[in-house]
Amino acid sequence: MLANMISIIEDNWLLLLIGQYPNGPLGGIAATLILSVLGIVLAFPLSVLIALARLSSWKLFNWPATALVYTVRGVPLLMLILWVYFLVPLLIGDSVPGFVTMICTLVIYEGAFLSEIVRAGIIALPKGQMDAARALGHSHFAAMRYIILPQALYNMMPSILSQFVSTIKETTLGYVINVPELTFAASQLNNRLLTKPFEIFAILAIVYFIVCWSLSELSEWLEQRIARQRRGLDTEDGSMTPHLKEAA
Amino acid sequence: MKGFDLLAILTHPQFSQMLVSGLKMTLIIAFCSWTLAMSLGFVLLIIRMLPFKVTDQLVAGYVSYHRNVPTLVQLMLWYFGIANLLPGSLQEWLGDHQGETLFAIIGLGLCQAAYFSEDLRSGFRAIAPGQEEAARALGHSYLGAMMYVLMPQAVRNALPALINHTVSLFKNSSLAMAIGVAELTHAIKEIENLSFRVFEAYLIATVIYLSCSLLLMAIGAWLSRPPRIEGAA
Repeated sequence: MLANMISIIEDNWLLLLIGQYPNGPLGGIAATLILSVLGIVLAFPLSVLIALARLSSWKLFNWPATALVYTVRGVPLLMLILWVYFLVPLLIGDSVPGFVTMICTLVIYEGAFLSEIVRAGIIALPKGQMDAARALGHSHFAAMRYIILPQALYNMMPSILSQFVSTIKETTLGYVINVPELTFAASQLNNRLLTKPFEIFAILAIVYFIVCWSLSELSEWLEQRIARQRRGLDTEDGSMTPHLKEAA
Repeated sequence: MKGFDLLAILTHPQFSQMLVSGLKMTLIIAFCSWTLAMSLGFVLLIIRMLPFKVTDQLVAGYVSYHRNVPTLVQLMLWYFGIANLLPGSLQEWLGDHQGETLFAIIGLGLCQAAYFSEDLRSGFRAIAPGQEEAARALGHSYLGAMMYVLMPQAVRNALPALINHTVSLFKNSSLAMAIGVAELTHAIKEIENLSFRVFEAYLIATVIYLSCSLLLMAIGAWLSRPPRIEGAA
């Protein structure tokens, strides 16, 4: 079985890596990673806006944002993909490739989930930060932009990274609307070879595991590092911060 | 495009029938895999408490696999891969008896068990350290302390996370469509193909999914309300 798996990888590594490119659309792991990176990068500004709207005391902003977050959290991603698949061509008036459909869906879905992370990060900051920034003469907006958000986002980096891992896992659903990514490549391979489904899907699982596991570990490492920094035990040059050195 | 008409689907004998059986299948899958996941989650938690390094690492590996491999890939591995390794007669039996549903339940259940066991474990770790000693000092046996003092607190601590993962389990039941289970999303796709009423069909499915999820979240909020302890002021 292991020998089979190795020979499948030897014969088809290029298909799993980049799909049928350059003779067809880019696929495989490359497409999966591009999809996830684009998805999360584009979702990020949206998520900050949603988080700010949810924290705002204006009902005009607060209610629609809350409704959006709850709707997205309550509906399966698959259903959202079907909606985008149906609505985006209607709105644009032209058919769009599956790749674009998937990115649009990921932006909405991840935007909602990331906004919860950003919101939690903002809430977790001590209240004094905002008060101090306002006392120093910053407007509410400037305080958010220069004082609150940079700290909140820095603290939330591990969570954002693990949301990125979720995004990678979610791109697999592109398979349902034939987006040429890694899962699609594997099922193509399965349709061609026919006789070795277990080996192929095991390879697929292993590849996803390696990618996601290493990112999860990175996120955990980052979390510990930030927690140490917050306690003041870890600075750029590895020394303690001055006030703690004095205390020690 | 035809005018907006929800009743064209809801009152249509064939479509409404498909809708009901799809919803039924979704609920069956969600319920069965939830039960499997919750029981296995407790088993994994107990295994992890054993004082052996090997079992601890085995469970850690199990959790890591299920958390880092996409659920869809896990389902495909079960349905296309592992099913293929079974002996021929069993494969035939599964083919006759909706094997895909069984694999969907097993796949989703095993996957979610990893999440549940982690939730319960962190719920356990959050219990104040004196609780076990206090319970033992009051005369509870180890099992008694576990059942009456520690577990209820652990579950209560883990409740928000358990509810979140229950909602995502419910939503993930839609993935069973990819291995050919005739659940709600599958039924909606069929109805859409037959009726050409895409908007109405998706709207109905979305409303159903959303109301079930919101109901689960509401139950969760109700369960995690601050506990009222009898006799306490």
